[in-house]
Amino acid sequence: MFEATELNFRDNRVEWAVKALFLLMTLLLILPVLLILGVLLYRGGPVLSWEFLFTQPTNGMTAGGVLPALVGTIWLVVVALLASVPIGVAAAIYLSEYAPQNALTRAINLAIINLAGVPSIVHALFGVGAFVYFFRFGTSILAASLTLAIMTLPVVIVSTLESLRAVPHAFREACWNMGATRWQTIWRVVLPNSISGILTGVILEVSRTAGETAPIMFTGAAMFMPLLPRSVFDQTMALSLHLYTISMNVPDVPEALPYGVALVLIGLILSMNAISIGFRTVLRSRRKW
Amino acid sequence: MTAIDTGQHQRSADEGLAGDVKIDVRNLSIGYAGKSALRNVSLEIREHEIFGIIGPANSGKTSFLRALNRMDEFTESMTVDGAIRFNGRDVREWRNAYALRRRIGVVFPLPVGLPMSIYDNVALAPRLSGIRKKQQLDDIVERCLSRAALWDEVRDRLGSLGSLLSGGQQQRLTIARALSQDPELLLLDEFSIAVDPVTTMRIEDVLKELRREITIVLVTNLVQQARRLASRTAFFLMGECVEVNDTEAMFTGTVKDPRTREYVEGRFG
Ligand SMILES: Nc1ncnc2c1ncn2[C@@H]1O[C@H](COP(=O)(O)OP(=O)(O)OP(=O)(O)O)[C@@H](O)[C@H]1O
Ligand SMILES: [Mg+2]
Repeated sequence: MFEATELNFRDNRVEWAVKALFLLMTLLLILPVLLILGVLLYRGGPVLSWEFLFTQPTNGMTAGGVLPALVGTIWLVVVALLASVPIGVAAAIYLSEYAPQNALTRAINLAIINLAGVPSIVHALFGVGAFVYFFRFGTSILAASLTLAIMTLPVVIVSTLESLRAVPHAFREACWNMGATRWQTIWRVVLPNSISGILTGVILEVSRTAGETAPIMFTGAAMFMPLLPRSVFDQTMALSLHLYTISMNVPDVPEALPYGVALVLIGLILSMNAISIGFRTVLRSRRKW
Repeated sequence: MTAIDTGQHQRSADEGLAGDVKIDVRNLSIGYAGKSALRNVSLEIREHEIFGIIGPANSGKTSFLRALNRMDEFTESMTVDGAIRFNGRDVREWRNAYALRRRIGVVFPLPVGLPMSIYDNVALAPRLSGIRKKQQLDDIVERCLSRAALWDEVRDRLGSLGSLLSGGQQQRLTIARALSQDPELLLLDEFSIAVDPVTTMRIEDVLKELRREITIVLVTNLVQQARRLASRTAFFLMGECVEVNDTEAMFTGTVKDPRTREYVEGRFG
């Protein structure tokens, strides 16, 4: 016979209290997010319309839509993705699958993690020096996107490393034992089982840069540029900079307009996240262990 | 008992098979980050024999196997000293370890079903060595799965995931995979640990047949399994090779070292 003792009851009470406390903290965390969204929707919601999304700004940016900025931001993010994914994933594969696990590798790993903490304005200055002037890309989508790519590389590498490490080591050894080379093992066992995590992480990290202003302000984004970009060598408007401009530098902007732009920006980032999560769900349903 | 007797009978009949030295180990010492795991082991394994290795936990049996196909390269802390000659050639001299490992099949106690279909698990090694023809792959898959006593259970679902099989099935899948390499040498480390007794017997029968074609090193915790299968057996104890002897001699009391008798009898006496 098992009888609940006083001790069991106490354990239960502690269990309950701890759970309630953690739930409270989680709610506290969600609250500001909900408030922000609520305010944005309340103030900016009325501005939103298809016309707002698909027309140019007019009247010195005090009216009209956000099309050039929306398109520009998508360009910036996509080009940044194209640049940072191959480099970041290759570097992570090297660090996780090839590099000897010694002090040097650990130091490099640490350095990469610390790089993620470098402020974006510093990356901006680097981007101006390297891409705008040294490589002579001028102020262009290319220069801005590369700056964004450099900025996100550390997080891209770290998130890829995590996905690679989630593949059990035993799988690799089993494969090596059959005489597979490192690359054969990576190609046939490691990548198929981590690609969903890698892509999701990468898309999440890079799409987050859609909100960055500093790194693109001096490298490729223009305050007003009604024409849509035609190639990566054009300048472009961007939602983040547009928001900054109409909030700070343009007189007589209707109060609702910046909220509308912010809403579009957040909507864009959320939909990119949604795409990457959808992506993961599809790939993960084929997950194999 | 009959099964055992038959086994031994057959083994003596095949004794003539065992021939040239397949593996020649000289003064092998293994350590992990300076901590010694195996000291100064010298022994020979002959072609077409099943060579048993018995010994209590931590005696260095697994470490010994790992050194044979240069698996120490996967573990940063593992160091190997001494010489291991495979077909007369030092394994360190093989320019690439991959070619060496393709000739050596390994089965470890924890089964690893790779996260791909059962078919792909077994077809992986042949594909790595360049076999592309569907018919040829099909044949290899069927032959290896049959030999590992798994074919009947999975023939209808070759497309399902290898990593979702039961523990014992995964173990047999691992054996099938090792056989699919068409190895010259098979290293088995406590292969029956997750396999039921009946299936173990079936696999043991296959091993007895296999020794006509290949050489097998069998590490086992089941002393009787060594007796059933191995023609010669080494006894490892706390990182030392206490003795290498004809298995039958070891079990009938003609041991070279009294510690061997204690071990052999201590458990099953
Ligand atoms: N990867 C490792 N890192 C550090 N030490 C290890 C490692 N693998 C084995 N050892 C040590 O080496 C010694 C021998 O281990 P080994 O696995 O070879 O023994 P074993 O005879 O196979 O034992 P068991 O019968 O339990 O499998 C042990 O003391 C063990 O702690
Ligand atoms: Mg062991």
